[in-house]
Amino acid sequence: MTVTSVGAPRRPAPTLVILGLTALLILSMMAALGIGAVWVPPGAVVEVVARRLGLGSFDVTLVDDQIVWQLRLPRVLGAAAAGAGLAIVGVVLQSLTRNELADPYLLGVSSGASVGAVSVIVLGVGVAGLTGSVALTVGAFVGAMLALVVVLLLATDRTRSLPPARTILAGVAVGQVCAAYTSFVVLTDGDGDSARRVLSWTLGSVAGVRWSSAVLLLVVTVVGLVVVTAYARPLDAFAFGESAAGSLGVDVNRTRWTLMIITALLTACLVAYTGAIGFVGLVVPHAARMLVGVRHHRLLPVSALIGAGLLVWADTAARSLLQGQEIPVGVVTAGVGAPAFAYLLARSRGRA
Amino acid sequence: MRIVAEGLTWGVDGRVIVDGVDLVCEPGSFTGLLGPNGSGKTSLLTLLAGLRRPSDGVVLADGEDLHAWRPRERARRLGVVEQHAMTGLDLTVREVVELGRIPHRGRWPGATDEGAEAIAAALRVGRVKDLESRRWQTLSGGERQRTQLARALAQEPEVLLLDEPTNHLDLGHQIDFLRTVRGLGLTTVAALHDLEMAAAFCDRLVVLVSGRVVAAGRVDDVLTSELVRQVYSVDAEVGRHDGVDRLQVVWRS
Repeated sequence: MTVTSVGAPRRPAPTLVILGLTALLILSMMAALGIGAVWVPPGAVVEVVARRLGLGSFDVTLVDDQIVWQLRLPRVLGAAAAGAGLAIVGVVLQSLTRNELADPYLLGVSSGASVGAVSVIVLGVGVAGLTGSVALTVGAFVGAMLALVVVLLLATDRTRSLPPARTILAGVAVGQVCAAYTSFVVLTDGDGDSARRVLSWTLGSVAGVRWSSAVLLLVVTVVGLVVVTAYARPLDAFAFGESAAGSLGVDVNRTRWTLMIITALLTACLVAYTGAIGFVGLVVPHAARMLVGVRHHRLLPVSALIGAGLLVWADTAARSLLQGQEIPVGVVTAGVGAPAFAYLLARSRGRA
Repeated sequence: MRIVAEGLTWGVDGRVIVDGVDLVCEPGSFTGLLGPNGSGKTSLLTLLAGLRRPSDGVVLADGEDLHAWRPRERARRLGVVEQHAMTGLDLTVREVVELGRIPHRGRWPGATDEGAEAIAAALRVGRVKDLESRRWQTLSGGERQRTQLARALAQEPEVLLLDEPTNHLDLGHQIDFLRTVRGLGLTTVAALHDLEMAAAFCDRLVVLVSGRVVAAGRVDDVLTSELVRQVYSVDAEVGRHDGVDRLQVVWRS
């Protein structure tokens, strides 16, 4: 027999959760640095990182240094940043729209980005003389920005506010047009190879992340986290809807515009480098709420930590599960994350 | 706080919803807003709460233009309880009441007084102390309204604005809720549907029809069979009956 609890759900102390998750994330990243086509033992991983950070002189092999510091670390950091970024964007958009199904791609950013990416991959559209992965990144970012502008123009009503329902519908409309363009171009102009590249870009991957892009992703995500955490209280105030938020002293319109644009910019940066990695931004906020409740000054950092850890492991699986072949990380996040979430959902049934 | 509205007007799509309303609420008085559905009670309350800007007229709070205040300042002095607060989130009663401290808090946690005393007082006065750790989703309608009242009290307001706060409550909970509010001694404006409840708990009544004030004043002067016929098209007898010291409304058909 299921007993429905009416009392406060028993939750671990928030400070403990944050410390525990931070420790877990660091351990996960160390583990991820060792795992891959070539196994690097934990001791060697620690020595390579410590030596590079100037924490002492260690005897490390050139190969280990290359693999751990040059190849895997930027990727691991990129994955952590992308996971954290998507998770906090998910939290903010779910709270602002009061919609549990809101995810980072709500504002059409990902579909716009894929229009840009497809134009570069299939049509070979050059971006200011840039080529290859740089052109892809720039093309995706430009596409994301254009889609965002169209969505915001459509969503704005006469009073210049941004009603959530209109915003979601505008995002859907723009997303469908972008998807139609993407499919059309791939089917009419693409060969088999470019079709595959488009598909794997759409599913997302951090394979292309190098040091420069990893640093950029980290900076963008950390800045994003600090900024949205500064809005923790206004976000709390949205619990009972916008007029309730207004009566708690929140400038609803300004808060909504500011946060929508900040999160869209953050998402566009992430998507431009990693493609549209699904699932993280939708589900991590729910898992985090089950752990620490709905107050945003805890929910945001905890979501960031869970998202980071999830994507670090998902990427590790993506590059090591199949010999000689990368699985798009979006396939892993959905394939592993969805059952895990289904389990959490089933467990919380008693208090739903 | 003394609330005065002068020529308050607001509309949408060229339709006037609130039409030149004048209103005076003395400090500590309880004003009841009456009127049929769609008469503009809720809109008038949102204007008084500063949540909407009037297209014409002003709201003066102790002589200052309410709409010139910063939102946080406004939220520290005015508490609002909506008709039917809803959330999909899993919050405890205490967490809901703590929302009331948002206008008093700074941007970062810990930087300012978290208002533990105000929260404790709000839980006590709103009579939800025993429910503190209960989850919002498991509360009855009466408990939810008391929780929202406690949340508004945690804002430490000087004015309470209530939009049909007893709408979904049974008779016992209606009396209970209004008695609690009355006992606070704050300047209160409440939109109400039940004429007898309004008569029993309010100092003054203001009656709206199509956004205009058609009657305002002391309860006994406003609530008459003439008014009930005019405003609600109901033939009723209004008066005091043996042994009951408040107005009763007996309708015929």
